[in-house]
Amino acid sequence: MSSPAFEIPPKGGFSFDLCRRNEMIAKKGVNPPSFRKTGTTIVGLIFQDGVILGADTRATEGPIVCDKNCEKIHYMAPNIYCCGAGTAADTEAVTDMVSSQLQLHRYHTGRESRVVTALTLLKRHLFNYQGYVQAALVLGGVDCTGPHLHTIYPHGSTDTLPFATMGSGSLAAMAVFESKYREGLTRDEGVQLVSEAICSGVFNDLGSGSNVDVCVITKGHKEYLRNHLLPNPRTYVSSKGFSFPKKTEVLLTKITPLKEKVVVIEGGDAMEE
Amino acid sequence: MSIFEYNGSALVAMVGKNCFAIASDRRLGVQLQTIATDFRRIYKMHDRLFIGLSGLATDAQTLYQRLVFRHKLYQLREERDMKPETFASLVSAILYEKRFGPYFCQPVIAGLGDEDKPFICTMDSIGAKELAKDFVVAGTASESLYGACEAMFKPDMEPEELFETVSQALLASVDRDCLSGWGGHVYVVTPTEVKERILKGRMD
Repeated sequence: MSSPAFEIPPKGGFSFDLCRRNEMIAKKGVNPPSFRKTGTTIVGLIFQDGVILGADTRATEGPIVCDKNCEKIHYMAPNIYCCGAGTAADTEAVTDMVSSQLQLHRYHTGRESRVVTALTLLKRHLFNYQGYVQAALVLGGVDCTGPHLHTIYPHGSTDTLPFATMGSGSLAAMAVFESKYREGLTRDEGVQLVSEAICSGVFNDLGSGSNVDVCVITKGHKEYLRNHLLPNPRTYVSSKGFSFPKKTEVLLTKITPLKEKVVVIEGGDAMEE
Repeated sequence: MSIFEYNGSALVAMVGKNCFAIASDRRLGVQLQTIATDFRRIYKMHDRLFIGLSGLATDAQTLYQRLVFRHKLYQLREERDMKPETFASLVSAILYEKRFGPYFCQPVIAGLGDEDKPFICTMDSIGAKELAKDFVVAGTASESLYGACEAMFKPDMEPEELFETVSQALLASVDRDCLSGWGGHVYVVTPTEVKERILKGRMD
């Protein structure tokens, strides 16, 4: 049996064919790279009409901030959103995958997705990989059975709570929730409390920072407030900017003009014979 | 020593007014020994889309060959070029597929999308996309590059000013990194032309 000379695009799922080589490299004393984490403070709470989710916007790679304004509140369904903490690639991939599965399920059943469906799909996937897919999620949404808020840990365990926090800033945010949360909050009080909890994470936790994103989900309606608060503006920008009077020395310049794209005009006459 | 420090690299992409610039250093080394001073890190996928690959050079070349294959298949099926956003999703998917045995490569993607709007994006080695509106950096010199770009970047720069800014940021940063340097390679792409320039830098 001969292997094909070319590689057929794979059907999906993980591929482990570089693992042996990477292990050999690691044995030779060369360390594998660190992945982009989302440090993070993510929170969710249930208020009288639905669910409010909040997240900070800092992405870190080791001690360096690589993205000052990333999006951690991911879309799952029109009525369900999910915040992700942990390894950025894992949270993005897992939420995209389950979002597609929910869409297919909606087409199949003809009904609005339920939060428990998303919950089960996520926890089954994460448990399947025994915690190696490092995604810690706060899932919230409003469906026909009411508002729901769940947390999902990387190993696949879940909790159902009225208010929840995850990520490196979770202790800072939980302190705010534990002292100020009560049942039956109004929308404005809920958004205020979520913003306060995220700000507590932003200012006290080194892994969280920049701005506050908030998402309010109620029955039949959702509001994604991207950059709801900007408590860390860049105030030190010099208005003069940099100017480089002594130009960079160039050894070689090659200019390639780009062909103008041909515009096809729909001419009905030519085809009508 | 990290696997990314085996070959050494520096990559930066910056957005200007209806244009973008993508720049890299030119050194190829094996740990502390330099074996080439004209190594090409930035590849053209099509006229308006460039990808720079930093990290382990062998993985960068393999990954580039796979991407060219997938892009050509796309061109045959769809009879058009891939949009930068689509290409970024493709690269992210290919990298995430190898989540537990990854390519040791950090791509920087830069392209002109619909209505000549510049698009830049970088990823870590398992495909976590970072879409930025100003600049993205990758490679062993990335920490210096973050600092230099953060200070020198201005929004809506014209192509000539953008070229100066990117070149100065790149040369300043690689001067502080032993593993990258030996000149620079800068592409400035506008809707009408692609200007490729090779910079003179410190050869140490």
